[in-house]
Amino acid sequence: MTTAPNEQLDVERIRADFPILATILHAQAGTAGVPLAYLDNAATTQRPRQVVQSMVDVYEKHYANVHRGIHWLSDQSTDLFEEARGKVSAFIGSASTEQVIFTHGTTESINLVARSWGDANLQVGDEILLTEMEHHANIVPWQQAAERTGALVRFLPVTDDGRLALDKLDEYLTPRTKMVAVAAVSNVLGTINPVPEIVARAHAAGALVLVDAAQSVPHTKTDVTALGADFLAFSGHKMLGPTGVGVLYGKRELLEAMPPFLGGGSMIRRVTTSGFEPAELPAKFEAGTPPIVPAIGLGAAIHYLNTIGIEAVHQHELRLTRLAHEVMSGVGGVRFLGPEPEHKSGIVSFTLERVHAHDIAQLLDRQGIAVRAGHHCAMPLHKRLGIAASSRASFYFYNTAEEVERLGRALEEIKRIFRRK
Amino acid sequence: MKGVPFRTELILTVLSQHALQVAMPLEEDELYQERILDHYEEPYHRGACPGATHAHEEDNPLCGDVVRVELAIDDGKICDAYFSGDGCCISQASASMLIEQICGRRLDEVTAFTGADMLQLFGAKLTPNRQKCCLLCWRALQSAIYSPVAAGPVETGSGEQPAGGTHDNCP
Repeated sequence: MTTAPNEQLDVERIRADFPILATILHAQAGTAGVPLAYLDNAATTQRPRQVVQSMVDVYEKHYANVHRGIHWLSDQSTDLFEEARGKVSAFIGSASTEQVIFTHGTTESINLVARSWGDANLQVGDEILLTEMEHHANIVPWQQAAERTGALVRFLPVTDDGRLALDKLDEYLTPRTKMVAVAAVSNVLGTINPVPEIVARAHAAGALVLVDAAQSVPHTKTDVTALGADFLAFSGHKMLGPTGVGVLYGKRELLEAMPPFLGGGSMIRRVTTSGFEPAELPAKFEAGTPPIVPAIGLGAAIHYLNTIGIEAVHQHELRLTRLAHEVMSGVGGVRFLGPEPEHKSGIVSFTLERVHAHDIAQLLDRQGIAVRAGHHCAMPLHKRLGIAASSRASFYFYNTAEEVERLGRALEEIKRIFRRK
Repeated sequence: MKGVPFRTELILTVLSQHALQVAMPLEEDELYQERILDHYEEPYHRGACPGATHAHEEDNPLCGDVVRVELAIDDGKICDAYFSGDGCCISQASASMLIEQICGRRLDEVTAFTGADMLQLFGAKLTPNRQKCCLLCWRALQSAIYSPVAAGPVETGSGEQPAGGTHDNCP
């Protein structure tokens, strides 16, 4: 099924792997109902049969706890779990599998760094630089770290067209800046941020960089070595995998120097009544029984993405984003949040004049179209944009041009409902 | 009702399953009905209340809905009431309906007006999540009657005469 970058994906064939995408909603006596158009992929994606089956197989044939039992099943489970780590490591271009830590999601990954690295390294007056377009998961852990350490959280502004004000970066990067935490792709605006440039400039100023890659790893090629990022965090459930598993990648010397985050089983080398010695990487940061089956499911998801080709995924989403801009521009009163499609991922957030985001989402749902409405866990960004809430359509490689066109027609219909006079 | 018990049960089960299937779209049709849209697009007493003695603002940070209720209370009675705010159709239409309902009412009538009464006044059936939108104005109102405004004539809501004298602008 491997596809060359510019080749169109065989979406119909792909969709056959996702039974949920064939759902018919709101069917009732006398009416056929409406087919689901799942456009809420930035919140979470659906998963193909292959991923679900991989997890069923583990539970039915290979499941036991990992790294613990000296028995056949435990060996099987451990092999599959570590194989999954290897797939993740290769997928993001990590130099070694020990730098790939399984967490429970992006949020936990960022909290791990803010707690472990933050508490050990931040001091009164130090600065943590975030951006106005961050998800709450990349804001609150740093605000908590600032509260504990006396450091200061600052926010790099966002321009009116929804891009980072990079011309102001040097002004915000001071000798006191110890950490720059930035989203690779905004979960609201869809803006693709120039991470390599930010990393280079932050490093030149003596700061480390954490990349919130929750919205980028599932959609575009990621090479942590080329990016130069010190830490990179993402979740399994936004890339065909199950919930409950995420990843923290970190540079080896940083991870080795950091104190453990959560304490418990697995993360120790030795425990005595007077103390403990932490384990080697990556176990040091994986206290307790890890999300074994979700991690194996994530491995299967990566295998699936590799068969399609991440570049083909990216190109398909770009086509849908361009089409969405085209179709929705024709609906009067639509305001797009964020830049033009060429600077965007498969995320199209918008407002519709006189109609609140929740009313839009409810009326779209009536037509089978699933979008997110609200502040998308980015309240500072919405405040910056001067709005309380927005609607967000977000695409994945299994979405079709027809679904995007349905969205446009449905918005026309909503306008009719609200413009009766 | 006198049928064989297991048959009745079976019929009821079938009926309720059917009802469940058809319920959602019908309720939603009801949600954006004319009466509600009328209140949303041409609200009753949206704006600042002249001679306001009491006011309170409530918001729902989750969806960004905001409703502010301003009241002119005199002699234990709501002589005038206005609302302002921003938010979804439900939050704003319900505020318009509520203000229309309580204008000219005595305070004891207003305090006796429950959340359930509010949902009934709104009329359309709402999911628990969207009941919050509908109850936002009601929460703002219930707090407003205990929230004298600092600048204007202050009244406690106990029926004392305000400094500004009496006025009644409710129809």
